Amino acid sequence: MLTTGLRFLEALATPHGVDRYLELIHPMLTVRELRGEVTSVHRTTRDTVTLTIRPTRRWQGFTAGQFVRVSVDIDGVRRTRCYSPATSQHRDGHFELTVKAHESGLVSRWLHANARPGLVLGLSQAEGEFTLPADRPDKILLISGGSGITPVLSMLRTLSDEDYQGTVTFLHYAYTEADVPCLEQLRDLAADKLVLAYTDAAGGDLEGFFDETHLRKAAPWFAEAQTYLCGPPGLMKGVRDVFADLGVSDRLHTEDFAPTPITVDAADATGDVTFARSHRTAPNSGATLLEQAEAAGLKPEHGCRMGICFSCTRVKTEGCVRDVRNGALSTDPDDEIQLCVSVPVGDVAIDL
Amino acid sequence: MTVTKLPKLSKAQFDSLGRELDDLRQRVIDDLGEADRKYIYDVVKVQRTLEVMGRGLLFAGFFPPAWVLGVTALSVSKILDNMEIGHNVMHGQYDWMRDPALNSKMFDWDTVAPAENWKHSHNYIHHTYTNILGKDRDIGYGILRMDEGQKWNPYYLGNPVYAFLLMAFFQWGVMLHDMETERLISGEKKWSETKAVRQRMWQKGVKQTLKDYVLFPALTGPMFLTTLAGNATANLVRNVWAFSIIFCGHFPSGVQTFTEEETANESRGEWYYRQMLGSANITGGPLFHIMSGNLSHQIEHHLFPDIPARRYPQIAPEVRAICEKYGLPYNTGGFSKQLASVFTKIVRLALPDSFWGRPSGPPAGTVGKGRAMRAA
Repeated sequence: MLTTGLRFLEALATPHGVDRYLELIHPMLTVRELRGEVTSVHRTTRDTVTLTIRPTRRWQGFTAGQFVRVSVDIDGVRRTRCYSPATSQHRDGHFELTVKAHESGLVSRWLHANARPGLVLGLSQAEGEFTLPADRPDKILLISGGSGITPVLSMLRTLSDEDYQGTVTFLHYAYTEADVPCLEQLRDLAADKLVLAYTDAAGGDLEGFFDETHLRKAAPWFAEAQTYLCGPPGLMKGVRDVFADLGVSDRLHTEDFAPTPITVDAADATGDVTFARSHRTAPNSGATLLEQAEAAGLKPEHGCRMGICFSCTRVKTEGCVRDVRNGALSTDPDDEIQLCVSVPVGDVAIDL
Repeated sequence: MTVTKLPKLSKAQFDSLGRELDDLRQRVIDDLGEADRKYIYDVVKVQRTLEVMGRGLLFAGFFPPAWVLGVTALSVSKILDNMEIGHNVMHGQYDWMRDPALNSKMFDWDTVAPAENWKHSHNYIHHTYTNILGKDRDIGYGILRMDEGQKWNPYYLGNPVYAFLLMAFFQWGVMLHDMETERLISGEKKWSETKAVRQRMWQKGVKQTLKDYVLFPALTGPMFLTTLAGNATANLVRNVWAFSIIFCGHFPSGVQTFTEEETANESRGEWYYRQMLGSANITGGPLFHIMSGNLSHQIEHHLFPDIPARRYPQIAPEVRAICEKYGLPYNTGGFSKQLASVFTKIVRLALPDSFWGRPSGPPAGTVGKGRAMRAA
């Protein structure tokens, strides 16, 4: 019944759609587009802001560890970034995002400075494979660093809501105690499960960067556990290396949240890149297709620029591209590729 | 008819003309921001409000003043939707905002012409090959004779009648334009190649017709016929207005056309030169400019089709000064003057040029680097 009614309204509102009228009454009235209203704002450390968000009816919830794409308009331009909710997946009707204002982070700095109750953000449904198995493991080690805390904190809170009876340890890295977001809440929630490591100060449970000693102290049972890791590139590499040395890489599950620098040898760039829909062709510069498209004056939709959010997915109609993250080649015509992590190998045509 | 003596620009002058206009464009692009976003959203809000008001008033269409007000509101809504919003958004003028609601790939307008088809023939063909005979399909739209360079034949005796019909049914004309009928007839294009274009026309045509001529009239119950008449009137008003503005863009006297030979291997400066000489402006107040979708600044629009149209009046004095500096004409005039000039041309070109005491075929005045320029 609702769909029939909606279809009728859409027929009346063609070609713009019902949302384009409803949003003029209030931006949260949209029936198709997913949005979220900020209902409260907390600043728990000097450079982080925690937003409580109430999504519109279309919201399908999330699984702990997943991320959402958040859009804000800054000086007229819509900017989209991926953030992981930090709350338990079992709280209906709202979720929390903790955003760290990075020095060069346009959106994070803007949110830190401007977020206030009533602000309406663009949202996507939750996405991502970085989640706990439905059949919860007996032993779980959660490791995070800096603002990588959010997806694993969501896992911790979810387990707590489920009254999880297994063993769990939450190992978090921060510069100093003052840099740990929501510290008091964390202590209330799981003081006995919490291991805090400070890289730039004393006073934590551990000190300095991650190594095997840290691992053995925090979770001596790591070899029987499933480990979930999210943090800055240095921590990610450190943990991956230790797990590889110990032969337990298959028990490590990771989520990169900061872009790893993409380097491509421009010297072996050959061929031409054709953006078919825009009727533009340019010699392949060796950069990613997103960068080449932008250099050609196009403004393709995109989000994370690191291959996780799929905003920039486009159909490659001809040619071969290489995924810069893993070197995988896509040779099939009409293959969907992500512009931000694909570089052309010879002539390539994109439906853009 | 006079053959306008155009200034001869040297290669260095073309290059510096190109640089000056590139710089102007870059300055505008660097300045784009929240004010431009707010502007277009304000226009959208006015348009949607007028549309809802217009459709609402037609429920009281039995009361003549309500009908007149409703039709007026709906007409203005359709004009804003098609011109200041639709045409400009679909040019990609607001793509920099990365807002899917106002993105050139996503937007569609309140006319039967599907966005996808129109963008090809307009943004690509017309804006790239502006006023090049044989390439710019907007010279006469394949049905009218709008330039001496189009060879006369008896079919063109109907020029004023075809123009009148195109004006009355403009949205359908714009839709059918993408069929490229003249290329089908000449055999350049096969019927099978029009399949995707035809499918889009059918889908969009059905939706628009259903909305304006079935659903909204039915919703008003006993007012079915008055609502239908109201919607048809609003579409007609929009058709006449859009036709009039658009025909003043390239067809007033003094606007130049070009041949394929003289525009082969154009430099950036030469491309700008053709855009300036191939377009004409209309003078008027701020409201008139908005209602014309700022196509009253056709010259600025053709120089920079992808910058937000509200910027055209702002940069017009600078563009005009550049024209003066290089001794180039800047074709502008009042609406009635430009329109009269267009209608005169429609009637004059219905008859062979010899009727007016001139040799048939394109008169050529040699200008610049051996360029043959025609001025009507």
